[in-house]
Amino acid sequence: MPNTKPRVALFVTCLVDLHRPSVGFAAIKLLEQAGCHVEVPRAQTCCGQPAYNSGDRATARELCRGLLDAFGGYDYVVVPSGSCGGMLREHMPHLFDDDPNTRARADALAARTYELVSFLTDVMGVKSVDASYQGTVTYHDSCAGLRELGIKAQPRALLASVEGLTLTELADAEVCCGFGGTFCVKYPEISVRMVSDKTKSIAATGADTLLAGDMGCLLNMAGRLKREGSSVKTRHIAEVLAGMTGELPAIGEARGSEGRR
Amino acid sequence: MQVNSPNFKANVTHALADARLQKALDFTRPSFAGRRSAAVANLPEFEQLRDIGRDIKNHTLANLDFYLETWAANVERAGGQVHWCSTADEARAAVLKICLDAGARTVTKGKSMISEELGINEHLEKHGIAPVETDLGEYILQIRNEGPSHIIAPAFHLNREDWEESFRKVHTDLPADRVFHERRDILTEARTRLREKFLAADVGITGANFLIAETGSSVIVTNEGNGDLTQTLPKVHIALASIEKVVPTLEDATSLLRLLARSATGQDFSVYTTFSTGGRRPGDLDGPEEYHVVLIDNGRSNMLGTEFQEMLRCIRCAACMNHCPVYFTVGGHSYGWVYPGPMGSVLTPSLIGIDQAGHLPNASTFCGKCESVCPVKIPLPKLMRHWREREFERHLSPQGMRSNLAIWAWFAKRPQLYRLATFLAASLLGWLGRKTGRLASLPFAEGWTEGRDLPTPEGDTFFARYAKAQREGKI
Repeated sequence: MPNTKPRVALFVTCLVDLHRPSVGFAAIKLLEQAGCHVEVPRAQTCCGQPAYNSGDRATARELCRGLLDAFGGYDYVVVPSGSCGGMLREHMPHLFDDDPNTRARADALAARTYELVSFLTDVMGVKSVDASYQGTVTYHDSCAGLRELGIKAQPRALLASVEGLTLTELADAEVCCGFGGTFCVKYPEISVRMVSDKTKSIAATGADTLLAGDMGCLLNMAGRLKREGSSVKTRHIAEVLAGMTGELPAIGEARGSEGRR
Repeated sequence: MQVNSPNFKANVTHALADARLQKALDFTRPSFAGRRSAAVANLPEFEQLRDIGRDIKNHTLANLDFYLETWAANVERAGGQVHWCSTADEARAAVLKICLDAGARTVTKGKSMISEELGINEHLEKHGIAPVETDLGEYILQIRNEGPSHIIAPAFHLNREDWEESFRKVHTDLPADRVFHERRDILTEARTRLREKFLAADVGITGANFLIAETGSSVIVTNEGNGDLTQTLPKVHIALASIEKVVPTLEDATSLLRLLARSATGQDFSVYTTFSTGGRRPGDLDGPEEYHVVLIDNGRSNMLGTEFQEMLRCIRCAACMNHCPVYFTVGGHSYGWVYPGPMGSVLTPSLIGIDQAGHLPNASTFCGKCESVCPVKIPLPKLMRHWREREFERHLSPQGMRSNLAIWAWFAKRPQLYRLATFLAASLLGWLGRKTGRLASLPFAEGWTEGRDLPTPEGDTFFARYAKAQREGKI
């Protein structure tokens, strides 16, 4: 039986590892429900994007070389982030353009790597999840997931199957929230203005919960919502799809606030 | 034009506090994006056209010497003159000489970004020649002594009250009861004043959207018709064009024209599209007696053969800035030189140096919207990243950032130690935020906490929790 299941390696991502481990467990739960055998390679740390986007190509290469070793031999690599997924699929192979052997390994890894929600729908054919969430949610399309990986319909399709959940679309769902990795601390004034535009749109939807598929954007939007005193809850979409919201406070909320909505 | 890019951060602070600017940005933002998407939706082959546009430009750039020489030979065959200029100094000198030879006192000008790049107006003024901008936006900017904040809508950062204020300052004969309620009122005022200038001008200077190799023509597009009056009424016409404007054929130019207006303003075509091939021929009833093209390199040929060559495909439609959330937060002047927005963040460092323009390619979230709307598919985020690499190599990036990156990288390359460090960080931050789930401030994290709370971690790392679950046989 286990032999027939696809062997999936979870790439946890540094932000999920450090900040919100529950998202990693939500991913494992969803992947197992979809019929995958999930493993978590120990030798992983980060996809290298902070270095890559800071112009430090050598460090990015070194980190990605480590990933080629850590994630070799699996049927798929699944990432609960469009940003890290985009890094591995679209950018990582080009770090080895001058090294054909490594480039070939990188291409093979890139081709097997998927963002979590799109993997569930597009590869595993998942059409619905066994979860309920009583509330009105809105969904922010994170830039890399949307424009590098074409993730738009997949999260909406799965959210539609969550019992009790109503989705209200965000007016500028496709406009960047202003996170941008190190951008948010290099140019905080611009970043804060951008995320304030975003929180205005979020408020306009009347939704009680904000969802997205990337921890970076989520921390940025949650941080601004909380600073503004908003009661909107911010969560990674995997928490809702895995039905784990009951045991986990929303991002930036105190423990014990799980039940409140 | 004076370089103010090193002051980007101060410019941004200023722009964010400028209520008038923010009002203009908020007012314009939805219309730019909306018009383009409507135009694209009306042309089913738009995506294929983008590929065609990219390919035309790539082919031309790969054979640039050939097409420029062919073009120049055809300009001369049609009776025009080409002035090859490597530097801005040479180009300014060439323009001045043509004007002096024509005995010019007044020079009318169509909108041209390369003219801004070269600082033509200042140079002519210094030599006693009066340049008059005839594009409506450029006209008001000249009155206000400001640079453009956008490459196709140079004065969109101004509100109607700004226009009236500026007109009243210089047109002192304006009756006090004259109303400026409508765009039409503004237009009428400018048109009346400009008419006499058009008739008085000795030389007309325009830019060029394209140069066509097979015919030796230059092409301009305008919506106001001011370009036509500028280039046909005076006895001398000077077209300013940078080397990457050349395309092989008339058909190539028309393919790119189909992309240009849709990407820029959402029009199918600009109101006026004018082809100039040489000056007035014997028997022609009108047109300039002399037709000159000042062909400018000014740093562009240095981009050929580098990773920045793709930037030379740019057709200056402004779609990238029209869709850029950073541009619409800070406005065009914050970028501190001629070309703002994503295209400027790639081009400006090429032309004035990354040491001067270092902020520009960094002030991007890499959201990718610019690349997705670019009519010639320039990978703008990728090219900005290449500038960050050049900066990093030359140790131009801020030392604090470099040190943080180095410390992080040292751990990230050592998974065991990284596990320990992240566990300690998650535990500490989780403990600090145990009551509220967030922090309002944190030492060394002011960049984050000035405008946002910092959500705190759950308290243990994924890997710690996963190892524990494995030990307990739960996974």
